[in-house]
Amino acid sequence: MSSHSPAPAIGLRFESVSKRFGTFTALRGLTLEISPGEFVALLGHNGAGKTTLLRIASQLMHPSSGAVTFVSQNGTVSPDQARRLVGLVAHSTLLYDDFSAVENLKLFARLYSLDHAEERVAQALESCGLGWRATSPVRTFSRGMRQRLALARALLHSPGLLLLDEPAAGLDRQGLAWLGTTLARLRGDGCTVIMSTHARNESLELATRAVNLSGGRIDRDSGSGGDPRPLLSSLREEA
Amino acid sequence: MTTPHAAWILLTKELRLELRTRELLNATIVFSLIVVVLFSFAFDPTAAEARRYGPGLLWIAFLFAGSLMLNPSFAREQANDTLDALRLAPVPPFALVLGKMLANFLFLAIAECVLVPVFSILYNVSLAGIVWRLIVVLFLGDAGLVITGTVFSAVSAHARMRELLLPLLLLPILAPLLIAAVEATASLFADPPALDRTWLSVLAGFDVVFLTASWILCDYLLEE
Amino acid sequence: MKLRILIAVALGALIMFAGYAALFIAPDEATMHAIQRIFYFHLPSWIACFTAFTVVFVANIGWLATRREKYDALAVSAAEVGIMSCTIGLITGPLWAHPVWGIWWTWDARLTTTFILWLLYISYLLLRGLLDEPARRATLSAVFGIFAFLDVPLVYMSNRLWRTQHPQPVILGGKNSGLNPIMAKVLLVCVIAVLAVMVLVLIDRYRLELLRREADGLRLEIESRSAIPAGDSGD
Repeated sequence: MSSHSPAPAIGLRFESVSKRFGTFTALRGLTLEISPGEFVALLGHNGAGKTTLLRIASQLMHPSSGAVTFVSQNGTVSPDQARRLVGLVAHSTLLYDDFSAVENLKLFARLYSLDHAEERVAQALESCGLGWRATSPVRTFSRGMRQRLALARALLHSPGLLLLDEPAAGLDRQGLAWLGTTLARLRGDGCTVIMSTHARNESLELATRAVNLSGGRIDRDSGSGGDPRPLLSSLREEA
Repeated sequence: MTTPHAAWILLTKELRLELRTRELLNATIVFSLIVVVLFSFAFDPTAAEARRYGPGLLWIAFLFAGSLMLNPSFAREQANDTLDALRLAPVPPFALVLGKMLANFLFLAIAECVLVPVFSILYNVSLAGIVWRLIVVLFLGDAGLVITGTVFSAVSAHARMRELLLPLLLLPILAPLLIAAVEATASLFADPPALDRTWLSVLAGFDVVFLTASWILCDYLLEE
Repeated sequence: MKLRILIAVALGALIMFAGYAALFIAPDEATMHAIQRIFYFHLPSWIACFTAFTVVFVANIGWLATRREKYDALAVSAAEVGIMSCTIGLITGPLWAHPVWGIWWTWDARLTTTFILWLLYISYLLLRGLLDEPARRATLSAVFGIFAFLDVPLVYMSNRLWRTQHPQPVILGGKNSGLNPIMAKVLLVCVIAVLAVMVLVLIDRYRLELLRREADGLRLEIESRSAIPAGDSGD
């Protein structure tokens, strides 16, 4: 994956974004600006609005009110351009269980019209350590292997904005280490990362910013360029 | 990416998935064969009656088989939220719907390739001389069934009791299609066969109206 | 409030007058006699039904275009009122047909179209009942509602081509359409009365729907506020 030049980092701006599901309000007028290249740890209890925020950022979901704009170093990026540059690791794997690892990745390589798809897919599988099971159906994979493949899928098109919804779920110690190095490399490449997670997660050391959500609002934010560690350690104590 | 190109990629994905599992196709073919066989028990038709009731029987079998077959079209994307993965990709939303429509069309056409000859043998209805015209009728009829059915499969995928719901949504909408397809087929089974063009244009009209509507409404259909 | 009671009373008077006019003022029809008088309510209920389903269609488009909840509330209200009118049309039709045609039901174009229409909007309400998330329910049922409405001309056309046995248009048809002037006036009164009742029921149903939604919202708000201190012990 690393041999392909990283895409321009994408930042984004939420302007008083609300999302209602009928009578339930998941986000309440949330305003948040994330600059290109930031590594944001998104914290908060279940139901605080983390998943909704990530789904809106990925454009899978429209906000009920408010606006989301995407920016790069060179100015605003249209939603259509941004779509091509977003990678998402969701709660589900977003993979076809009846397809093999390589078939899954090839399908998405074609949908993103990537050049050198074969080579890229092979490389992605090697780097997530699944090269030896490339042609087995995903349904025979363990939870940890699926999670790795899910991340490989999200990274296949070299996104400039990576959205991770509790990526550590289901990973064993080895998988966590692999996640840590992958994320460290992405951070080095300048990719923007927003990761929803728990305060106990080890990959948090990579974060350049911590945002805590509560009841669909921003509860605490270490701010752009600030030090996230005090906030993270106080959240860890609370948890 | 252009819509046809993306639809092509998604069509090949559907075919590969179906080839892997063969769930849909086997069930559809067996189900429609059962309908054809049960019909002969229920009515014990003579050759002349088979000509008279055959078109209705065939299309009822197709409609019921179709409304069963179309159910998993979107529902099976829910296992791992794979529809989200497709929606994330930079492809036009209509391509997602179109890819599925084309795949379902092929599945239905394959089922009919088995069913129609079997029907012709079991009921002594000769297809000699009308094959090509029959294919035109089947093409237009299947297109309408698959266009509305695929859209409603996306609608019912989010509902409770979706297996039961899809036929309830789909079958009343298909009333004009059923009439037109049965009448067109009947005009072919008549002696001498004379394809009734009025019914062909009703079928084509049905296809055009609902394909256009799906094109306009597909954004709403897939959004969250 | 007073105004609403006044309107309801006025409508009651209007509908009673319409009934009286249909039964006693309108002249006896030459061939069908008394049974023909059912027509003064049969046709208006049809007009009301088609009007209501047109409102559903417009409201469906309104929701998709604007995402304002009132359109969704209007769509479901109009669908219910439409089904009600449609049911009246479907019941009065056979009551009229049996003595005149000698059969309760025939697969004639207009009858069949109405029957399919009735089935389509029953399915519409069923679909709404089976979708849980409100915004999704509104959107997906709007897509179905638009498809259903587009189907109506196709159903009518295909049935028309298929077979038709209905009395040829007596009102709007050419010179031979023998509706005498008094009959026409009574019919007009009946159409206005039935439409007015339908509009009143629709408005009330719509207001009820809005209130119901508001109540649901408030109930959830209360639950969520009282739940925060007790539950939610983290993950």
